[in-house]
Amino acid sequence: MDLYEYQARDLFESHGVPVLKGSVATTVVEAVSAAEAIGGVVVVKAQVKVGGRGKAGGVKVAKTIDEVREHATNILGMDIKGHTVNRVMIAQGASIDEEYYVSILVDRAQRQYLVMASTAGGVEIEQVAHETPELLAMVGIDPLKGIDHALALSIVQQAKFPSDIEGQVADVLVTLWKVFQSEDATLVEVNPLVKTSDGRIIALDGKVTLDENAGFRHPDHEALVDESATDPLEVAAKAKNLNYVKLDGEVGIIGNGAGLVMSTLDVVAYAGENFGGVRPANFLDIGGGASAQVMADGLSIILSDPAVKSVFVNVFGGITSCDAVANGIVQALSMLGDKATKPLVVRLDGNNVLEGRRILNEANHPLVEQLDTMDGAASRAAELAGKAGK
Amino acid sequence: MAIFLDGNSRILVQGITGSEGTKHTKRMLAAGSQVVAGVTPGKGGQTVEIDGHAIPVFNSVQEARLATQANVSVVFVPPKFTKGAVIEAVDARIELVVVITEGVPVHDSAEFFAYAQASKHTRLIGPNCPGLISPGISNAGIIPADITKKGPVGLVSKSGTLTYQMMYELRDLGFSTCIGIGGDPIIGTTHIDALRAFEADPETKVIVMIGEIGGDAEERAAAFIKEHVTKPVVGYVAGFTAPEGKTMGHAGAIVSGSSGTAQAKKEALEAAGVRVGKTPSETARLLREIL
Repeated sequence: MDLYEYQARDLFESHGVPVLKGSVATTVVEAVSAAEAIGGVVVVKAQVKVGGRGKAGGVKVAKTIDEVREHATNILGMDIKGHTVNRVMIAQGASIDEEYYVSILVDRAQRQYLVMASTAGGVEIEQVAHETPELLAMVGIDPLKGIDHALALSIVQQAKFPSDIEGQVADVLVTLWKVFQSEDATLVEVNPLVKTSDGRIIALDGKVTLDENAGFRHPDHEALVDESATDPLEVAAKAKNLNYVKLDGEVGIIGNGAGLVMSTLDVVAYAGENFGGVRPANFLDIGGGASAQVMADGLSIILSDPAVKSVFVNVFGGITSCDAVANGIVQALSMLGDKATKPLVVRLDGNNVLEGRRILNEANHPLVEQLDTMDGAASRAAELAGKAGK
Repeated sequence: MAIFLDGNSRILVQGITGSEGTKHTKRMLAAGSQVVAGVTPGKGGQTVEIDGHAIPVFNSVQEARLATQANVSVVFVPPKFTKGAVIEAVDARIELVVVITEGVPVHDSAEFFAYAQASKHTRLIGPNCPGLISPGISNAGIIPADITKKGPVGLVSKSGTLTYQMMYELRDLGFSTCIGIGGDPIIGTTHIDALRAFEADPETKVIVMIGEIGGDAEERAAAFIKEHVTKPVVGYVAGFTAPEGKTMGHAGAIVSGSSGTAQAKKEALEAAGVRVGKTPSETARLLREIL
C-alpha cells in the first residue's frame, strides 16, 4: 500500500524524523484554516500517488491567505495523470539551501535491504543513477543487523555529504530505518531531504510503501487505506475477499492461481487481436477452493462491470477438482438468476475433468459454452465480446 | 536422480495437525513420499493416523529430527508463525525447508532467508510456493502427483497453477523434478539455483522455465543460462497485459515503472538463446520440437 505524502509525513513525525508542519485538507475552507494555524508562508501540495505533480501545477507556494485560497481552489479537483486531486497538504514553508536524497527499500535481487543516498536530491533518483551514478551511494543492508549509527555514518560518507552535516544526516537515516523496520515498510524514500538556511536537516517530501501482508501486526494501517481512490469494483471484490484487479477491456476473466490468470489475460489479448482488439476486463484469481459461493461472488462482480461483453472461466484442476468447479458454476448461475446476462466460455482441465464437463453439459445452461483448450476458449470468448461490439 | 528432493528425503510437516497440513500430508503419502514426522507445538506425543500411516507428532523440529532423522520440512503454519517455524527448522539443521504459506510479511522472509543463508546448511524454497515434486519418487508440498510421471524434463516456475498446466501439457514426456519457487518479492531458491541443479542432473535433458512480471529474476536467469547452461531451455513469461503499478495476485507480481515487464524478460531470455512461447501450449510445442 502506497501512502500519500501527508500520511508519510505523519508517520515520520510519529517516529521522530524531522519534518515541517503540515496538515491535510479536502476543501478550500479547511486549507485556509490549516494555513492560518501553521502561519507564515506555506506550500499547497496536491496529494496524489503519482510523480510529476509539480510540473502539472499541483504544488504552489502561498505567501498570503488569499493565495492559499486561490491555489487550493485550483488544485482541488485537478486531474494529474488520471488521478483526481481530492485533498491537498498545507505545508510549512522553508528556506532551502541544499536538496539531498535518501531511501531504504527491499532489494529483491539481493534478497536483503538497500539504502540509497545522494547529494543530488529533488530530481528522480533513476535520473541520477543513469546520468551521474558517481553521486549515488548504494549499500546493502543485512536484514538481521539493520542500520546502526556507525553504519549510517559510513553510508553518509560514501555518498559524500558535506562533513558538517554528516552526523545529522546519519541520525535521520537511523530514524528512517526505525520507520522502515517497525512499520513493515517495503519502501521509505525522502526526496528531497533538505538543509534549510538555518542549518536544519528536514524530510521535505516522503514516499512510503507498507506491506499489506504485515497488516496482522499493524491494525492501525487499515485507517491509511483510501477507498475513494480505488475502483469501486475492486473495493467490492476486496470486501468479498476476492483477488480482483479492474482492467480496461471487454472479456471478463475468472481463473485459479495468479500465474494462470495472468497467462489467461495474455492469451485473451492475443486472441482479441483477431476480433476488433477486444481485451481482458479484469484479473480475478479465485484460488484453490472455488466453491459455488466464491464463483457466484466472482461472477457477480464481473457481470456488474458494464464494459464486460463475455466471460472466460479458465480453471486447471490441480488441487481443485473440476466437478466442484462445474457445480460451483451451475449453482452460481442459479444464484444469480436474471442477473447473469453475458455468455460464459468455460475451459476445465485437470483433476476430474470428465465429470466436470459432464456436469456442465447436463446443466445445459443457455449462457454456457465449453471448450477443451485454453487457447480455443480464449479465442471463443474474444469472438463473443467482439460480436457484442466494443 | 532428481534435484533437491529424492528417495533419501525424509519429510516432516510443520503444522501437520492443521487442516491444510493434514490434507496435504495425505496427498504426499499417496504420492509415495516418506513423511516421517509432524510438528505442532503443544501436541507432542500425539499420532496422526492417515491411510494406515501412523505419523508421530513432536513439539519441536529438533525433537522430530532426532527421533526420525527427518531432513526435509514442509511448512504449513499461518503467516504470523512462519518466521519462527523456519528459524526453528534451520536451527535443527534441516537441509531443505519448503514454505507453502502464503501472505508472509516480506520483512519476515528477508530475515529467515538471511538466517538460512548464514547457516550454510539449509536450502529454503518459497514462501508462497507449491513446493516441489520428483515424480514417482517424492513430493514435498501441494503439487498434484497424478498429473504426470518421471521423465527427462526439468521445470522451474514462479506460479503453482502454471506449473500444473505445463506438467499436464507435457504429461506424456514426464519430469525429473518440478519446482515451484513462489511469487513473493523475496524467495529462498531462485530460477538460477534450479537451473544450476538441473544442468548438473544427468537425468534432466531439457528445462522449462516459467516466469512472470515483477523484479528481474528472469533477466538474471537469462544471463546465467547464457554463461552456464548447456541443456536446451524453453521459457514462458506471464503478465504481458498487466498494467503498471498493480499487484497481480502474487505479492511480487508487479510492474514498477519500466521495470519488471514481461516484454523485457522475454527479450532477455531470447537473447540468451531460450525459445519463449506466447502461450503455455506453444511453449510445450517448442519443447517437443527440441526433444
